Amino acid sequence: MNRLLPLLGFFALVGLLGFGIWWNTHHETNEVPSPLIGKPAPEFTLPLLYDSTKSLSKADLLGKPYLVNVFGSWCATCQYEHPILTAKVKPLGIKLIGMAWKDPPEDSKRWLARFGDPYDAIVSDADGRTGIDFGVYMAPESFLVDAQGVIRYKRIGMFTPELIERELLPELAKLQQAKP
Amino acid sequence: MMRRALSIVTMMLAVALFGSAAHAIDPLPFKDRAEEVRFQNLARQLRCLVCQNQDLADSDADLAKDLRMQVFEMMRAGKSDVEIKDFLVARYNDFVLYDPPLKPGTYLLWFTPFALVAIGAVAVLRILRRRARAAVGEALARGVPIDNRDDDW
Repeated sequence: MNRLLPLLGFFALVGLLGFGIWWNTHHETNEVPSPLIGKPAPEFTLPLLYDSTKSLSKADLLGKPYLVNVFGSWCATCQYEHPILTAKVKPLGIKLIGMAWKDPPEDSKRWLARFGDPYDAIVSDADGRTGIDFGVYMAPESFLVDAQGVIRYKRIGMFTPELIERELLPELAKLQQAKP
Repeated sequence: MMRRALSIVTMMLAVALFGSAAHAIDPLPFKDRAEEVRFQNLARQLRCLVCQNQDLADSDADLAKDLRMQVFEMMRAGKSDVEIKDFLVARYNDFVLYDPPLKPGTYLLWFTPFALVAIGAVAVLRILRRRARAAVGEALARGVPIDNRDDDW
């Protein structure tokens, strides 16, 4: 038995390393989990993309859940996510707020003119400060905010139809349950 | 020719040695050297979220530039280093800190190496004791005085 000990130790190490490989292939290792989930969304007041004399703030949005989608005309993945938002998220009936992040308004407008506009409202965060408050570090990112203004869920990267099924729908269902 | 090559090498060396201290990807309007040193020191402790193996001081990512500006403005607003770090941690998690803080969630990270060394030390001690006992037993059996035994350990 004692002579087998080093061999067992070796197999334990192999097991550990194997687990590490498995873990890293099944998890997005670059993803930084947001500390803001379950916390109130940061306060913001941002100009509307299509009418910069008007603005939209967190207070304006209280009372109904909404999904903030961070995008930019410079963001290649956003082009792939865009038709999915249009086809799969828009029909869910949740208010969809676009946040044009670190993007000159003219560029965002041109991008939307080209690909279509799935959003209920679009705010412009041209200098990216509100994005920093939300802990945004890439695009696209999406935040599900409930009627009380608390962030319930965050998606880092694009929504795929599978992810909408697996992650977004259950979160929406939870919000529905919490309502009555 | 030789001299020219030498002068080029010297220049490159000078840039490599002294260039880095003054390097700033986007020059910020520091009011004095102390402020710049404090800023650089802080930026080196913060991780860039985009290129995750670079610190904020080093990264050329656009977001890193914004975050450097944020740090700079907070310094100007009189915030302490701790306050600035807390601000970023509140938004981006402990991940922005290169030095992970000691707390229950990171005990495994901090203490596993020491635990492994301790386990190794116990194993080595036990092996040594056993060999010493075996050597003594053997020596007694052979009738050799214990002081004169010659063994490896």
